[in-house]
Amino acid sequence: MFDTIWALPALPLLGVLLNLLTGRRSGNLAGLIASSSVGLAFIISLKLFYDLLQLPAAQRLIEKNLYTWIAAGTLRVEIGMQLDPLSVIMILVVTGISFLIHLYAIGYMHGDPGYNRFFIYLNLFVFAMLILVTANNFLMMFIGWEGVGLCSYLLIGFWFEDPVNATAGRKAFIVNRIGDFGFLLALFLLFVTFGSLDFTDVFNQASVRFSPGDGVITAIALLLFVGAAGKSAQIPLYIWLPDAMAGPTPVSALIHAATMVTAGVYMVARAHLLYTLAPLALTIVACVGLATALLSATIGLTQFDIKRVLAYSTVSQLGYMFLGLGVGAFGAAIFHLMTHAFFKALLFLGAGSVMHAMSNQTDMRLMGGLKNKMPITYGTMVIGTLAITGFPGFSGFFSKDEILWQSYAGWNGRPLFWLLGALAAGLTAFYMFRLIFMTFHGKLRLQSEAVHAIHESPKIITIPLVMLAILSVVGGYVGVPALLGGSHRIEQFLHPVFQQSEQLSHGLKTGKPSLHAHSTEWLLMLTVFLITLISLYLAYQFYIKKTDLPDRLVKKISSLYTLVYNKYLIDEAYEAAIVRPLLKTSESFLWRIVDNRLIDGLVNTVGAGIAACGRALAVLQTGSVQHYALWFVLGAVVLLGAWLF
Amino acid sequence: MTDFFFSHLLSLLIVVPLLGAAGLFIVPRERIAALRLFTLAATTLNFILSLPLFIHFDNHSGDFQFIEQYDWIPSIGASFHLGVDGISLLMVMLTTLLMPLVILSSWTSIVHRVKEYMIVFLLLETAMIGVFVSLDLLLFYVFWEAMLIPMYFIIGVWGGERRLYAAIKFFLFTMFGGVLMLVGILVLYFMHSQTAGVATFSYSTLNQMIIGRQAQLWLFLAFGLAFAIKVPMVPFHTWLPDAHVEAPTGGSVILAGVLLKMGTYGFLRFCLPLFPHAAARLAPLIGLAAVIGILYGALVSWVQPDLKKLVAYSSVSHLGFVMLGLFSFNVQAQQGAVIQMVNHGLSTGALFLLVGMIYERRHTRQIADFGGLASVMPAFSTLFLIVTLSSIGLPGLNGFIGEFLILLGAFQAKPYLAVPATLGVVLSAVYMLTMYQRVHFGKRTHEENNHLADLTLREKLVLLPLLLFCFWIGLFPGTLLHKTEASVQKILTTMEVKQTTLLDRTERISPAQPAYVVNEE
Repeated sequence: MFDTIWALPALPLLGVLLNLLTGRRSGNLAGLIASSSVGLAFIISLKLFYDLLQLPAAQRLIEKNLYTWIAAGTLRVEIGMQLDPLSVIMILVVTGISFLIHLYAIGYMHGDPGYNRFFIYLNLFVFAMLILVTANNFLMMFIGWEGVGLCSYLLIGFWFEDPVNATAGRKAFIVNRIGDFGFLLALFLLFVTFGSLDFTDVFNQASVRFSPGDGVITAIALLLFVGAAGKSAQIPLYIWLPDAMAGPTPVSALIHAATMVTAGVYMVARAHLLYTLAPLALTIVACVGLATALLSATIGLTQFDIKRVLAYSTVSQLGYMFLGLGVGAFGAAIFHLMTHAFFKALLFLGAGSVMHAMSNQTDMRLMGGLKNKMPITYGTMVIGTLAITGFPGFSGFFSKDEILWQSYAGWNGRPLFWLLGALAAGLTAFYMFRLIFMTFHGKLRLQSEAVHAIHESPKIITIPLVMLAILSVVGGYVGVPALLGGSHRIEQFLHPVFQQSEQLSHGLKTGKPSLHAHSTEWLLMLTVFLITLISLYLAYQFYIKKTDLPDRLVKKISSLYTLVYNKYLIDEAYEAAIVRPLLKTSESFLWRIVDNRLIDGLVNTVGAGIAACGRALAVLQTGSVQHYALWFVLGAVVLLGAWLF
Repeated sequence: MTDFFFSHLLSLLIVVPLLGAAGLFIVPRERIAALRLFTLAATTLNFILSLPLFIHFDNHSGDFQFIEQYDWIPSIGASFHLGVDGISLLMVMLTTLLMPLVILSSWTSIVHRVKEYMIVFLLLETAMIGVFVSLDLLLFYVFWEAMLIPMYFIIGVWGGERRLYAAIKFFLFTMFGGVLMLVGILVLYFMHSQTAGVATFSYSTLNQMIIGRQAQLWLFLAFGLAFAIKVPMVPFHTWLPDAHVEAPTGGSVILAGVLLKMGTYGFLRFCLPLFPHAAARLAPLIGLAAVIGILYGALVSWVQPDLKKLVAYSSVSHLGFVMLGLFSFNVQAQQGAVIQMVNHGLSTGALFLLVGMIYERRHTRQIADFGGLASVMPAFSTLFLIVTLSSIGLPGLNGFIGEFLILLGAFQAKPYLAVPATLGVVLSAVYMLTMYQRVHFGKRTHEENNHLADLTLREKLVLLPLLLFCFWIGLFPGTLLHKTEASVQKILTTMEVKQTTLLDRTERISPAQPAYVVNEE
């Protein structure tokens, strides 16, 4: 019954082919074809999920191989897919959210000259993403990995006539390639170590042959993480994601918030056993995640572009997920991945709805007072904001709380991790309410004739918003912790996947204070809630009550503010330290001096010398080709003579 | 009948273009359409003839197949001895595939001296196939040098402004290498006749000789220099950008697609099995040069203002991968190298064709003269993108298979070389996507670009087969990997056996008694 798994990636691919064949002639049909192919894929995902649930928990791993892709020497790589609780959650999230965003895009992209092309890319993305999350080996995963990168490149630069967009697309691809450099090296090391790239093979061997802390496993884990840091926008490779907002908003929602950027999180979770065997790598993952969460949250405080604020918030939330992974709470990270997909897709689509109304304006300084004009957008975005800030009862609350609790109490957790994580939660609450207040509250600051025309978006846009808003609320109830009387069903569902790591980590949990009582958990939860409330209050004071306060504060700390506002000048530093020197060396030194002067200079000198001799001997020959033919015969004879005598 | 066909197939592949060239002499030079159609027919026929070769090739054998042998110059032991193994099979297929496409691509771009153009291309095809199927060293050498002449004319007659400079530079470089190779061949020949008393140029016989260490080194260098120039390896590469820039599109496609492969093919066919000890000794050095080539080629490619030069330098980078693979001495790396040779022929061939198509419209190849083409020439830009992605090794397309296998193999052999080589994967994205963006994206700033016509049906037909194979190899590389595995394995075994035999001996040159069994039969 699991043979239908092939239909999953095949459907969006079929959508691509259909839209390619019909070309621009299909008109509005393109969106319909694309959406229904993804809708069908979602139905199949539901069916697969249902089928998987029918199996006993221990048997929930199905593998299907289609054919041998590469066979060379001892290397064998299959085109194969696998279904287990982890990939089933991923396919549900990917197809479900993609479907809603496809619907939304029918409205949002209406009238765009590249309508057909847009849906081809979008379907291609879904195809690649499904390959990524259902692959049963590392190399097949890499196909999906690069495939989604390609779609991201194409979609960021979708409006390619503007060089800014095209450059942002290229930047995304190249920075991701730097991550792939690590990924590739990890693949080589995996093959050298295990003689296979197959998940089952590698993990089975790893659990038997290696013990925690072995160098080679640590190296593999860290190299894989370089790849993850590229795809999931972590320090030092996060710089492409904010620029990626140049793409159409449905793309930002789908690829650069809900699905593709979480691929790195999925990959680490998939390779959880390797990471559990490499506690050092895991700690580095946690530290990088935390640092990214904090750094990007501070940048998020200062940005005025509504999509950029959301982009930094995505980077920050991804950092959270890596924190979860890094403390060994793989299930919690995947849980947060899922809820984040709901509310971040919602927030982006809401931002898109606002932009739609304001003729593509993204500057929040020109917005304000939209809540009465766009009540559905406003309402759903508030729900999304409450979810992301972890307001009790909303989805983000459960998943974020789980990560924070594990960062304190997990086997690789530390109190400091919790403290910094809670700080990031406070920053998140502040900049998210800042966004809501600046956009929807107060008075509209845009002065223009078009102001009166601002109205709520059409149904094709608001329906997906409402659906995502519902998910942003109820999505958390699959993971209610025991503390609140729940049974944490998602972690139970994922348990067979992470079982080996959990068993292994029992032995690693050394010297931990036994503070894991319910009282501690309550205390930490309430503290985080309090921090969130304080941030909300501050945002209210800053952006509704005393609107001159932000400016006054900025003046006081202007140099710090400028630094943060300019994103700590990290892009500029990369440019100055790496890109420009490399470009300069290539141009002025390698090409102009080494190639043209040194090598060619030598060649031409020799050539001129030969030509001079040639002229001396020109009495004997006239045509130049024969001339050289003579030389070669003479030379051959001379050299042969030298050799023989 | 079929037996006769298969036992003469290789000579048929050599003779058909030759007959075609002879046939062209009869066609009056004013009947340009007839000249073109006739040449297209001849090259297509040769491609069709090569298909049974591919289909009936026995994958399980690493030995030479479709063997033919006729007396040539019996007095000195030279014979017309042909045969293919999995490696030369792919090279022959690549040649026969590219030829009709090249002819079709020059339909409108070549208007002067069409007759001569078609004749030299057919002669070139004969020589190229001859190089890949020769099992006699003297015959190989004759074809090798014969190839130079048509190529010299292609650049020198139908080339750009500085065509004479480029043609002579090309000729000088390759001739220089060729001379030393002839010396090497002759030394090998005399060595064998002195020690074994049999004078022969037969590859299989000479390949049974165990040669002393010092002699191996010198012979490796004599052969290797010719090949290194052809590849081209840094620092012998400077003829390539000039030759490409001046050559007409068809010349560039064949130059990049087939001629460069002769260098890497030569290393694999001759240098490795004949002189394994020297190969092993020089491997770190050559590996290093290969890695330098990968990075150097990529970086210099990045800053080129001329599209053709950019593609030319990217070839230096791609062929660096092939060299790294060949000198890693394991199955994955070498199979990857052979696949990469085919890949480079397909994707770089397609890139030169694409550049030629835009040059025909705009009469410039300066990247700065373009920009925003994607909105006026969507089909052109889409196909260009696919080729670009193939060239930067996107999984699912052909380039990835070659690069991945090479790097995987190299990592097992010499991780210190494989790691910097992997950086080439990053750099290829840098230079190719930067170029792609500057040509296809952004605003159109030149009036001339506003009314460019998109690709014609003929142009699409030229590119389509190449793209088809790019996808096919990317998705089903087994088709090619199965063909090459046994042959690559055989070369590696030969090297290993000779190395161990050599370790037991102190003799400078050993007698030519078969040191091991070559044929399993």
